[in-house]
Amino acid sequence: MNVARLRSIIIKELWAILRDPRTRIILLVPPILQLLIFGLATTLEVKNMTLGVLDRDGGAWSQEVLQRVAGSPNVTRIISLHSEPELREAINRQRVIAVLRFDPHFSADVAGGRGGVIGLVSDGRRSNAAQIVSSYLDQIVASVGASVSPVAREAPATASAGALVLNWFNRNLDYLWFTMPALIAVMSAISAMSVVAQSVARERELGTYDQLMVSPLRVGEILVGKMVPPVLVGTFITTVYVLLIPFAFGVPLTGSVILLYCALFIYLLALTGVGMLVSVLSATQQQAFLGMFLVAIPMILLSGYASPVDNMPGWLQVIAHLDPATYFLRVTEGVFLKAMPAGDVLNNCWPLALICAGTLSASALLFRSRME
Amino acid sequence: MSLALAESFDARRFGALLVKETRQILRDPSTALIAFVLPLLLLFIFGYGVNLDTARTRIGIDRRDGSEAAVSLAQDFVSSRWFEVVDSQPVSILRNELVAGEIRGIIVIPDGFGRDVARGGGSIQVITDGSLPNTAGFVGAYAEGVRTSWAAKHAIEQGRVAAPQAIGIEHRYWFNPELLSRFFLVPGSIAVVMTMIGTLLTALVVAREWERGTLEGLMATPIGMGEFIVTKVVPYFVLALCSMALCTLLAVTLFGVPFRGSPWALLAIAAVFLIPALGQGLVISAVTRNQFVASQVALLTAFLPTMLLSGFLFEIDSMPKFIRLLTYLVPARYLIPQLQTVFLAGDDWGLYLPDMAALLGFGTLFFAIAIRVTRRRVA
Repeated sequence: MNVARLRSIIIKELWAILRDPRTRIILLVPPILQLLIFGLATTLEVKNMTLGVLDRDGGAWSQEVLQRVAGSPNVTRIISLHSEPELREAINRQRVIAVLRFDPHFSADVAGGRGGVIGLVSDGRRSNAAQIVSSYLDQIVASVGASVSPVAREAPATASAGALVLNWFNRNLDYLWFTMPALIAVMSAISAMSVVAQSVARERELGTYDQLMVSPLRVGEILVGKMVPPVLVGTFITTVYVLLIPFAFGVPLTGSVILLYCALFIYLLALTGVGMLVSVLSATQQQAFLGMFLVAIPMILLSGYASPVDNMPGWLQVIAHLDPATYFLRVTEGVFLKAMPAGDVLNNCWPLALICAGTLSASALLFRSRME
Repeated sequence: MSLALAESFDARRFGALLVKETRQILRDPSTALIAFVLPLLLLFIFGYGVNLDTARTRIGIDRRDGSEAAVSLAQDFVSSRWFEVVDSQPVSILRNELVAGEIRGIIVIPDGFGRDVARGGGSIQVITDGSLPNTAGFVGAYAEGVRTSWAAKHAIEQGRVAAPQAIGIEHRYWFNPELLSRFFLVPGSIAVVMTMIGTLLTALVVAREWERGTLEGLMATPIGMGEFIVTKVVPYFVLALCSMALCTLLAVTLFGVPFRGSPWALLAIAAVFLIPALGQGLVISAVTRNQFVASQVALLTAFLPTMLLSGFLFEIDSMPKFIRLLTYLVPARYLIPQLQTVFLAGDDWGLYLPDMAALLGFGTLFFAIAIRVTRRRVA
């Protein structure tokens, strides 16, 4: 490696990206918009839900249940329905996510100690939300039930039976606290890989690849030069996120920022390696973009961002463990919420280093073989 | 300049152009990549990989009580189908495993648990990993479930009858009684596939033509603007429908997703959605005229909103108000309910038609903008 040559290739690569004002804007502005829009949108909680009620009972206990349901912070609207066809239509047209149905003798059953049963019809097309809504309603109904149960009143006032649930690291299970740190892993991956995937393919498409070949630059120097812009772009975006997430969204940053940046550097190199491989294998920019897409989508979806890796079938978990984003996601969540110690961060860094070494040496080999 | 909408229409010329555009697309290897490889990949990921139905969660148990009741409760956690007990240690040690992500929850059975149970009480502590809120919610709820059923069983063993519940809920889930998240994720991924072909691929390919100047060459010929636009989009329209058909076939045969509507309804739904999707692709290419910028704009304004703001993965109702308003500008938002309905519920034109009207409105708008921008660029 020759320092002067290295310097000039780095300047050239940075220039190639930052020269075009539209490219500059597209690289730097959207990640911030994404944090605002997608960060706030991606929640698996269920809030502001609209429920339907078909109350054929109209007695004291159905009113009691309805009042409690209406008082829940997760329910914004309750629509009164008057017949089975209306119920069917409300569900079918997705005007409501679920309908509570009270039979005519519900209050009498409750008062008579025979146990009242509420029918709950949910829209299984949105099964995840429907399940969450059901569990909210179960809790509300159980608390109403506890106030009527004669058994509960008779029971001696000793230690109560139950399970006390403590949510560590995120007491209120605020979904935002998960999404925000996860977005660092996702967005730096998209930006860094977009940049690097274009780099070699563009040279080839524009014909400047041949000029690079006849220049005195070594393969290693060219590759290092091409690694600088994605690492800088990824670092910039992460820095913006690390500043915004705690201050604008109130997500705690409990761990060490230095550890986060160390892991980030290895993660960005690993992403560069993957992107470089795609770029070297593509003949045109279009192929490079699509190839990047082909790699980035599974990378993001299998990293644990969309759903936990634990839920995947075993063979997919193996693939997820080849995914750099899986490891970095653990680090960002850990450093933000869990004050993750250095040992645990390191445990997630060495697989990243292996991926990085593998992909970078593969692309160097390919690059050289195409050069000769 | 020969570009005018009022240009006389020539069927032979139109046919020849259509053949040229189709050949151009079929020759390009990236077409096969995005029209067939990517959809299959997405379908597999959403069919197998993205799973919101919690599997067995790894937990640790800290049992501080040696009573028979505590041992039998701990045993119930071990044999539960919801949990995999991987370690039995004091909380101080399990805590490190929770930080490292090796376990997702800790069950603490406190000292004196057996004594409390004998007195009619007996509570346990459940510690969850809040950094994964969805899993944490399930761990809390299922741990409570294991304890409740253990308590009922234990009471019967002790010769006591468990108190009947005063009020209960009988749950019924229409359209998807087994609550498989695959049933809504796989149809939803068809929306993503059509967005990719309609908007992303179109934007990319047409932007390349702008970049290389081949569009100007085409426009110097006597074709009309209408012909030009139609011949550009028709091949992608057909391609997207083929890809949709392939996905539907796989959804039904491989993933066992029910198909309760009619194929014609699905075809109509897909065709109507493709109008705004293709229009958006044309607008992006004409405005950016640069492949890299076009790809990023398409990613940001079409692909990501379809994934995240359409109600496909995340409930729109749960989003903050201004984002809920923003979702009305995402065409896929009107497609997702239709797709879920045609697969799981059966045809309901009362639900389809308003959504289709909205999509046609977007389509008209995008095509009008595309024509305007293209004409200005050439002039």
